[in-house]
Amino acid sequence: MSINVNGNPVELPGDPRVSLLDLLRERLLLTGTKKGCNQGACGACSVLVDGERIISCLALAVQYEGRSVTTVEGLAEDGALHPLQAAFIAHDGFQCGYCTPGQLCSALGMAAEARRGLPSAVTADLEADSMPLTRDEIRERMSGNLCRCGAHNGIVDAILDACAGGGR
Amino acid sequence: MTDLQKTPEQTATRWTPDGGRDPLAGRHGAIGTSLPRIDGPLKVRGEAQFAAEVPADRLAYAALVTSTIARGAIATLDTAAAEAAPGVVLVMTHRNAPRMAPPAVIMTDPRAAGASSLPIMQDASIHWNGEPVAVVVAETQEQADHAASLVRVTYREEPASLSFERAIAVGRHPDTVLGEPAVIETGDAETALRNAPHRIDRVYRTPRHSHSAIEPHAVTVWWEGGDLVLHDATQMLHMTRYTIAGVFGMDEERIRIHSPYVGGGFGSKGPWSHHFLAIAAAKLAGRPVRLALSRGDVFRVIGGRTTTEQRVALGARDDGTLAALVHTGTAAMTTHNNCPEQFTFPARHLYAADTIRVEQRVADIDMVANTFMRAPGESVGTFALECAIDEMAGELGLDPIEFRRRIEPETDPTSGRPFSSRQLLKAYADGAERFGWSRRAAAPGAVRDGDWLVGMGVATATYPYYRMPGGRVRITLGRDGRAVVAVAAHEMGMGTATVHTQVVADRLGLSVDRVDFQHGDTALPAFTMAGGSSQTATLAAAAHEATLALLEELLRLAGNDSPLAGLTVDEVEARDGGLGHRGSRERFESYASILGRAGREEVGAEGESPMPTETQSFSMHSYGAQFCEVRVHAVTGEIRVSRFLGSFDCGRILNPRTAASQFRGGIIMGLGLALTEETQFDERNGRIMNPSLAEYHVPVHMDVPEIDVIFTDIPDPRAPLGARGIGEIGITGVGAAVANAVHNATGRRIRELPITLDKLL
Repeated sequence: MSINVNGNPVELPGDPRVSLLDLLRERLLLTGTKKGCNQGACGACSVLVDGERIISCLALAVQYEGRSVTTVEGLAEDGALHPLQAAFIAHDGFQCGYCTPGQLCSALGMAAEARRGLPSAVTADLEADSMPLTRDEIRERMSGNLCRCGAHNGIVDAILDACAGGGR
Repeated sequence: MTDLQKTPEQTATRWTPDGGRDPLAGRHGAIGTSLPRIDGPLKVRGEAQFAAEVPADRLAYAALVTSTIARGAIATLDTAAAEAAPGVVLVMTHRNAPRMAPPAVIMTDPRAAGASSLPIMQDASIHWNGEPVAVVVAETQEQADHAASLVRVTYREEPASLSFERAIAVGRHPDTVLGEPAVIETGDAETALRNAPHRIDRVYRTPRHSHSAIEPHAVTVWWEGGDLVLHDATQMLHMTRYTIAGVFGMDEERIRIHSPYVGGGFGSKGPWSHHFLAIAAAKLAGRPVRLALSRGDVFRVIGGRTTTEQRVALGARDDGTLAALVHTGTAAMTTHNNCPEQFTFPARHLYAADTIRVEQRVADIDMVANTFMRAPGESVGTFALECAIDEMAGELGLDPIEFRRRIEPETDPTSGRPFSSRQLLKAYADGAERFGWSRRAAAPGAVRDGDWLVGMGVATATYPYYRMPGGRVRITLGRDGRAVVAVAAHEMGMGTATVHTQVVADRLGLSVDRVDFQHGDTALPAFTMAGGSSQTATLAAAAHEATLALLEELLRLAGNDSPLAGLTVDEVEARDGGLGHRGSRERFESYASILGRAGREEVGAEGESPMPTETQSFSMHSYGAQFCEVRVHAVTGEIRVSRFLGSFDCGRILNPRTAASQFRGGIIMGLGLALTEETQFDERNGRIMNPSLAEYHVPVHMDVPEIDVIFTDIPDPRAPLGARGIGEIGITGVGAAVANAVHNATGRRIRELPITLDKLL
């Protein structure tokens, strides 16, 4: 029984109560993924599972057997920042940095959803094959990721910069 | 002659609190540039380590059990099932908790930081609904959480003070309001009010708020013999150390606190009960303990901003000047804390009036101690005052900005002191032009776009300048031409590490990449708190002192063989990685050369922030003008903020990028204050009803428009670097700007926050 975290196979915990978030933080010491509420309300724990964003505090680790999890630690390639990480710095898309890993993972999952044509509450053309990432689309789709320092403008600018052209 | 005896003219290199201008205040170097945050790469990689993330051998996890009554005592407490649960290491209650002295409450002593003076788990008594009654420690968090659910408690309830209205009726004056008198009267304001041709007399109400930093409060703590190591999320390192030392009766030097990164503070991150409980539990367990509060715990054991009821009455003449300004009211508080929510502070300093009366009262409630939250007092005080100003402008038929122009004071209205620098009217003028204020329709409800009513509002932002005495910093210069700045300052995202890297680079004539900034550790020189928007002014003053001492030492080391021989500190300047004569490009020697000839690897010096005598001579405040456009749905009452601009006058802006983020962050928290945020307190039992981020509504991306920020960037001649604080002012005035815009859009005046759509129906 194992799951794949950032390319490495990882043993699942024996205790079925362990959330995916606590597996990452407490057992694997991958503390980049943050615990903000443990209630599914803040998005700080967002990670990618097979490319889709989930909130890992409401996910039991054992449910993810055989799946591939990407955390913020897995975004940089060969030590080089992912373009979205660099854009967050350039646009000052954070202050304290605590919600940032969740914003990053969520944004990448969100951009993929839009590319696949998954509509949001503000999408005008529900039939389109792919949804362009406008500011409003980003705001709507990122509203599950709270930021208390108030870096919202910079976050949206960074996502527009790095993901609206297709992203990665 | 010592430096202190010199006149300002003689000390051209030196900023002094009540005299000389800082030469760096107007110079261009790294200061004033938008250097990206130096901790940015670490944070976007998820490598910045927070308090709950520090590993430890044999780490045990703690969970709290909290009371479900507001006042009384524990009748029965059954921990047997919890103790027998798998993995449980310890159940700590008042029966077995070590003896702890009550914490020293903040502002009762310059070094005290306790949120409350209540004893912590020392007896069976209960003082608020949510007070910790047991700490369960187990091998894993899951085991601790489960075992905590097995603790059985019954209570003997006593009557509690829970109704704000009833407590107001028996309210009291606090001894002081942050050192200021609770009541100030200039002239007979009530009589002047009665006789004024134009009068408004209104009551405004604001609810409780939660800081809601995304990082929940957490400590990872262990004992090493008699020494204590604490990994904490704090905005007051040395004050926390002092307070813990008092509670445990130990020598401060035996406590080390690390807090390099803090996931948002906003006033909430000081020593609360969980610190003492975790330290005590680690002692009993004999192993490291982590106590990371659940989000529900954060609402129940960490206080937030308190509720207020405020009266503002204005008496005006036909010419738009004020005969009377009255701002009085009550904030809910407890008998065991010291945070009266100074909502009358803006009215003490903002506007000219023949007579002024301000009065602060507190009403004692049995609740978790309320505390300082971003612009405590000014945030909610400006809501009342700036709504009233808008109401009076309407009464007078004046544009709200023009009305403020007519009541602009020449000197501080209550203290009479001269302003150090006040560019409020420029902030208004600049903001009005950029925002398109001239397009505002004076008559309410006049602009409609389909089903949406559109309105504009404006309000003054203000926050005092504070600089703390005693903060120390050490600067060490190496032969490699690098400087290390060491200070137990705090980085909660304000950009402190980035900005002071820039500051020290300019002070020493180095590029920013040759300066290392160390912070967040009590082993570094002792520093004051990151509160009251004071950290930058305090650090800048201390770093200036340290630089001067360093330059003196460098000149001494340079000796008689240097091109600098015979020069004094006042005659040299730091430039190009060395010291040079102010009047001559040729007379220069690099730091590497000076240290090399002296046979030294490095040279260091410490400096301390001196007494803030500038605030005894001058009225020092930051100012701003907040411009808001709202769209209110004519059918549903839904309110959307469509445009927002903050125009600020905070002296010199040291880093426009990080400063703009601080202003925006304050404004966005202000949008929450205006429209969505309320910690709901059940007055029947004192229980907080919405202890989660799903039900306590902070602004989300969809609530936040693009926020335009501009600033005067005019240096304050009385502040180090010409810079006043910027962290808190952003939230001030926002509630009123939104409320005034809602009034302009709809004709409805809402005087109770938050302005939710039900209040417009």
